[in-house]
Amino acid sequence: MAKIFIYPATSLILSDLVARYGHTPLSSAIAVRERIQTAGIESVPLQITPEEPKKGLRWAAVEVPSGVRGRMALYGPMIEACDAAIVINDADLAFGCMGCARTNELIKYLIREKNVPRLDLNYPKNEEEGVRFVAAIKRFLAEMGGGE
Amino acid sequence: MTEYVPKSAGTVTKYIVVESPSVTPAELAIRAYEVSQGLIIKETCFGLAINGKEDEVNQLITQLRTLDPDHIFIKDRGFPPGDPRRCRANLGGARPGFHGIEYETTVLPYVSHGLEELRSRDAGDIPAPQNPLETKKLDVYTLKKLIEAQEP
Repeated sequence: MAKIFIYPATSLILSDLVARYGHTPLSSAIAVRERIQTAGIESVPLQITPEEPKKGLRWAAVEVPSGVRGRMALYGPMIEACDAAIVINDADLAFGCMGCARTNELIKYLIREKNVPRLDLNYPKNEEEGVRFVAAIKRFLAEMGGGE
Repeated sequence: MTEYVPKSAGTVTKYIVVESPSVTPAELAIRAYEVSQGLIIKETCFGLAINGKEDEVNQLITQLRTLDPDHIFIKDRGFPPGDPRRCRANLGGARPGFHGIEYETTVLPYVSHGLEELRSRDAGDIPAPQNPLETKKLDVYTLKKLIEAQEP
């Protein structure tokens, strides 16, 4: 069972297909849950404390806005832990403020730099593309040693 | 500064999204109540949110998925159901994260069709989708030519 980083990290489709074909999806819910279930100082809503931007220094320089570094404290460890990645390139739902946008760029860059198996896709726009989309993910995950 | 004590430590929460012509979230909730033992189950407009120990949640999900395997989709959630930090009952407007599910719900019928087709076809025989990184975009020189061609 391989750890597959998914982008967008909140994607329902990728999360489901990766788990369906026998692997572990690394999504933002896992990182958020980790913080929600850890005792400490109350910092609503996501329990992101001033410690997170400090942890983010591992992936982004000190002059990078703290918003990016704070987000990287969630995504960075997952990118380091992943064995492969599936990236959807036309994910408009990942759109957000400049912090989100720059973090998204940094995530894609780090995945490319990590040099792990990567599957780049777009969302399907019709049924035939849907068949190709699912088949591509199934093939990719089978190469990682999975099975339904 | 206030001390934070988590209320749902050691549990997992999963969303079950139903995009099925034959199963509704209400039917799925009834079935979930029938087979679950002590799990928190919340019915939503798009499916269910289930909270409990990981093994028990996974067991329930496996059973629910059999109702319509190609049209039931599952993802993790960070917060437990009804958490005041995320629940729209406290915040107003759509729940943060709903827009992502809302968009992907429009794509789910194509994915469901793909899952159905792959039951009878081999994934190896299906051509790969176009790699979005290899798609050529309009370069600046071509754009300049187009602009100049339109000048009187």
